[in-house]
Parts: sequence; C-alpha cells; structure tokens
Amino acid sequence: MEGFLRADGRKGIRNAVVVVYLVECAHHVARNIVANINHDSVQLIGFPGCYPNDYSLQMMEKLCTHPNVGGVVLVSLGCEGFNREKLAQTILDSGRPIETVVIQNSGGTKKTIALGIEKVTTILTNIADVERAVLTTSDLVIGTICGGSDGTSGISANPAVGACFDILINDGATCIFEETGELIGCEHIMADRAESLELGQALITCVEKAEQYYTKMGYGSFAPGNAEGGLTTQEEKSMGAYAKSGSSDINGIIKPGDIPQKKGLFLMDVVPDGEPKFGFPNISDNAEIVEMIASGALMTLFTTGRGSVVGSAISPVIKICANPETYQNLIEDMDINAGSIIEGKNTVSEVGQEIFDCIINVASGSKSKSEALGHNEFILTYKTFDAIGPSCLR
Amino acid sequence: MTKVKFVLLNTTDNVLVSCQTTKIGESVMVDGKYCEMMTPINVGHKIARKPIIKGDKIIKYGVPIGSAITNIAIGEHVHLHNMKSDYISSHTRQSQAGE
Repeated sequence: MEGFLRADGRKGIRNAVVVVYLVECAHHVARNIVANINHDSVQLIGFPGCYPNDYSLQMMEKLCTHPNVGGVVLVSLGCEGFNREKLAQTILDSGRPIETVVIQNSGGTKKTIALGIEKVTTILTNIADVERAVLTTSDLVIGTICGGSDGTSGISANPAVGACFDILINDGATCIFEETGELIGCEHIMADRAESLELGQALITCVEKAEQYYTKMGYGSFAPGNAEGGLTTQEEKSMGAYAKSGSSDINGIIKPGDIPQKKGLFLMDVVPDGEPKFGFPNISDNAEIVEMIASGALMTLFTTGRGSVVGSAISPVIKICANPETYQNLIEDMDINAGSIIEGKNTVSEVGQEIFDCIINVASGSKSKSEALGHNEFILTYKTFDAIGPSCLR
Repeated sequence: MTKVKFVLLNTTDNVLVSCQTTKIGESVMVDGKYCEMMTPINVGHKIARKPIIKGDKIIKYGVPIGSAITNIAIGEHVHLHNMKSDYISSHTRQSQAGE
C-alpha cells in the first residue's frame, strides 16, 4: 500500500480538495464550485451557523488538515461569525495549499463561483505530485459507528467489526469506537479492559455523563420491546453496540477532534460537557462519522441492519450489513454481508477477516460502495466540550 | 437436514443466539448434541449451550450479561424467567423480572 505523506507525518489514503462554506449563506456558491468542477476528489463540506463556536472551529481545523485532504478552498460570505483567518492560518501551517474566496469582496455569486473554480483547479494541479510513502496497517486509523440497527446488528455485524478491530490492533493500527449513550450497563465490563485503573475510572465517568445527558433529553434505556426481541438485561443490550470494540485492551478516551497520540483502541466521548445546550449530541449518523474523521479516521466501518446508504466526504465509509434480507435488497450499497453469520454460512471471525481485507483494498485505492456511488454526505453542528483530562489521552 | 439456527458469538459463551425461529419439539444441534426445544425460540433469543448452575454468570459476547436465578438445562431458553441483571433490574410491561 502507498499513502499520501503529509507534513505532520500522517499518511492519507485519499488526496481530496475540500471546498468549505463557512456559513449557510455561502453554501450555494460553494456547492456550485464543486458541481462545476465535477471531480471525484473535490468535495463539499461546511458549517451552517453564523454564531461562532469553539467546537465547530476546532472540528473544521482538524477536518481541513486531515491526512486525506490535500488542499482547501474556503468560501466565506464575509460577515459571518466563523473565524476564517484562524482556520486559514492553521491550514497554511500544515503545509497545504489554501485559498479563501469572500463573496462580499468578489462581486457576488457568479464571480465568486468563477474565482472558486479557478482556485480549486490550481490546487488540484499543485497536489497531483504530493509525496507518496509506504502505508502499513499500523498507519491506519479506523472508526466505527452503527446506524439503522435492528435485532441482527448485535449478533452479526457488530461482533464481526469487533473481530476486525482485534486483527487491526494486533497489527498496530489505531481504532476508535463511540456511542457512550449505548454503552450504559457495560461501563464496568469496559473498565476491566482499560490499560490503567485511572483510565477505567474515566471510562465509567464518561458513560455516567452520557446516562445523565440522555435522561435530561428524555431518553429511556431498557425498553419492554427489547425483552420481546430476546434481550434480557441492560448490559446485554449495550453489549450489542459495544461488541464493535472487540476484545483488545482500551488505551484511551478521546473527544471529537482529539487525535490519538499512540496506537491502540480508543473510546470517543461524543456527549457534550455541561448542561444540554444545543440539543441531541449527534443529530444523525453523519454527524458521528464527521467526528470520527476529525479525530483522524481514514475510513469508517458502518454497521447497519435496516440498511443505511450514506457515505462521507473526506474518508470512505465501508458498509457492513447485519441482516441477510437487507443485504439482498440493498446489495449495491453494501460492502460486506455479515448476514451470512445469521444464515450460518460464515463465522463471526471469518466476516471479521473479510472486513479487514476490504479495509486493505479501500486503503489501497479501491472505492467503497458508497464512495463509488458518489455519497459525500457531511454535517457539522454546534456542541460544547471541556478539554479531555490528562489520564485519558496518554 | 440440519440448518444452523443458532450462532455462537464468542467461544467462551455459555449461550447461543437464535437466527431463525425454532418451533416447540424441534430438534436442534447444541454443542454437538441434539436437543429437543421445550419452548418456541424466536430470533434474537438465547438458549443454554451447556448446563448452567443457579448463580453462574450468563456469558454472551465473552462477557457476563447477568446471572442464572435457577439451574438451566442445555438447550433451554435463557431469559427473564431464569436469569437476572447484575447491573439494574429489567422491566417488562407487566412486571419486574429477576429478583
């Protein structure tokens, strides 16, 4: 495998140019720049809000300096709250080509679209010969999320991703799992896997925070319907989601945008700190995927039972289908049929190996299904976080 | 013809998970032995992979998900009537199960 070597030493598996709108008012112009260029590697991302927010600025800094990103064009209306100068400086400091176009200073919609097309075209030419370097499994950073889950998710796709994570970590890769709200009941099981007592305590605290947050948002935990589906206890229900983490030691906790400072397995704490302020922690699956990418994920393993079709800007999404019927129905969207476990055709560990092989293919340049279909979804909203504690990142 | 109707999630588990509905009286292979189902088993439900003694941990995904509150025979349905959470009591619409 070969990757794109970045100035900070990290290696990407793609060499994208991202066109970034910094407020919804600049969205149309940015979208038209991307549509006119019509190139696989040129992708649209952005932030819709006009009020400044530390989280969204930090996320944008991490996304624009992600190893899969080769260059950036910022599209600003001109008067929005986003600190475009700081974002541009961070990108410049990372050694990437960066251009900013400001609609109010460039003569409006048409002229800014034309200017943006010019800037993107120049950057595409400039980054075509970016330095390549040998990419090994230990360079990989892989995230996982689930969405559109059903009764099969916890017994096929999620354990298969866990088996794949075990292979990856054994080979020196970095893996990230999340959804602390769905880990309620297994925090003590999880703490037993922590590499230190301090980290174990931090993992428990992290799940307690999620429990309190979701209670305030009016979420329940173990519902009667769960028992009808065969789940007997809270810890069993949570294990269905937790199974994605595999069985390796847990080496740290990160918050969205924190880059793991060592190899191994990390829990991402996605639940905001403090009183609920901006609503649900992640309003849809792509918000979770974006946070994985901000923390350096080169691709995301997405398990689904009912059948999500989304992909993502910046980093490819690999779709692992838990339900054999859904797989047949949505075969063009699914990379892996973990439903074969349900049908008794494959074991959990065989499908884990199949996911690993798929990761290597995608890292080597093959497109995942959602990527080939042009899925480039992206969503970033408001959140508030305190900095991560010292016992977690090390 | 024996179709695989149950999946083993982790080699250390003492339960299997149903992948297809199994009828009462149906004979299924559990850990190399044929067992007759005493109750219907729906998809997602668990049966004992080996005899479980009252107080033993129920192991699924390789971790304890609760404890047995009665002795459980091999092939028997494992659910609210014979196991409980070690974390927090489970509730159904009608009643509180476990202790």
